Amino acid sequence: MSFHVNSSFMYILAVCVIIFVLAQSAFFLVRAYRRGRELGIEAVKLKKTIVSTAVFTVAPAISILIGIVTLSKFLGIPLPWIRMSVIGALTYELPAATSTANALGISLSETITDPKIFSAIAWVMTLGIMPSIILPPILMKKIQGGMIKIKNKDSKWGDLFLTSMFLGMISAFLGMVFANVRQGIAGWIPIFVLLVSAAIMGVCGLLIKKCNMKWLETYALAISMVGAMIFAVLITPVIG
Amino acid sequence: MNNYMKATDRYGKIWIWTAVVVVLMVPVAICLYYHAWPQGTAVLKGLLGVAPIYWTVGVIEVITYTPMLGTGGTYLAFVTGNLTSLKAPSALNAMENAQVKPGTEEGEVISTIAIATSSIVTTLVLVLGVCGLTLIAPILNSPVLVPAFDNILPALFGGLAVVYVSKNWKLAITPLIFMVVLFLALPSLAGSVGVLVPVGVLVALGAARIMYKKGWV
Repeated sequence: MSFHVNSSFMYILAVCVIIFVLAQSAFFLVRAYRRGRELGIEAVKLKKTIVSTAVFTVAPAISILIGIVTLSKFLGIPLPWIRMSVIGALTYELPAATSTANALGISLSETITDPKIFSAIAWVMTLGIMPSIILPPILMKKIQGGMIKIKNKDSKWGDLFLTSMFLGMISAFLGMVFANVRQGIAGWIPIFVLLVSAAIMGVCGLLIKKCNMKWLETYALAISMVGAMIFAVLITPVIG
Repeated sequence: MNNYMKATDRYGKIWIWTAVVVVLMVPVAICLYYHAWPQGTAVLKGLLGVAPIYWTVGVIEVITYTPMLGTGGTYLAFVTGNLTSLKAPSALNAMENAQVKPGTEEGEVISTIAIATSSIVTTLVLVLGVCGLTLIAPILNSPVLVPAFDNILPALFGGLAVVYVSKNWKLAITPLIFMVVLFLALPSLAGSVGVLVPVGVLVALGAARIMYKKGWV
């Protein structure tokens, strides 16, 4: 069988994986929506959650698409498409491909033509990320059981516990923004972008509260994110 | 655990173990179709370069994100990926907007809806993008747009932080200062931000516990 990174066979594999991901997502979406209604959550609130998340997801999804474009230069389109649709992220897939290429002594500057090298990269990309998919079902009971224990023992501390976990995550990303400040003014760009995003969100909050623009709640995060990204495009050529 | 949660756990396990098979079938299918089984040593050497880090990160991520995302959200998010840059912020933003608490059944429902929606939209954007790649690749590769996507994380977390930090500033201040100082002192850690999320979580939990005991929060 003649091998090509963009063969019909690879596309068929990709379509199968994509159908699986869509089916699982749709299954959980429908179940959660129905349960939400049973719990008395208004349909408007549930639909707002769907619309808000959908709008907010578009920009990060395009960023993931850029990841596919980056990897497609040497792996073709279907394999990166599969990997970025299931478990993957560019921050992992690129080092995995590079590590295998280095081990085999080849360069990733050109499209791979040897199926054995291609399959070795596919195996490393797959096996390297397996704990993320195998561990949730194994550890779920213990982790959720632990959370229930904490909540039953002291419900206020249980709430604070979860809020603190989210704040810990946000803090790590906010801190990361300061990593390049020693590089001079260009290193401050991520901080300016962060501040602009925060400011736009603040303005949205004011409009929602003071001008009663409730509809804005659905789009506030997407607006602040895209607004800050546009700001990054404008400011980088000036001070970058 | 009520019936819904038990069923979610059961269905989640079925889906995720099926996902394990689907994910493993991709390299198996490539090897079988092209008669191209790689040398074991090549795979092992490649794995040695990434597995020590990513297996550790995988374990840490499961322990860190499972309580935040809930049962359904976790089973879905760990299959569809892009956890820190997309699924966790989606769930957090949705729970905040719907005014439900994480860890409650309402929180579980909203988090699952957000993660499922995010997964579907991402998949559809990728499908559309791949179909029209020849048309849009020059735009995506345009140097003008590079700063926009290079700064997607500060653009995302700036908006998210203003809501969440302002509401919980007492809990936020310690992990925030810790992380800013850490990244100022060791800028090279920026590439390992995923590993530092649990560190931020531990600092936040430690500070919250002390403040809670002292009656400050």
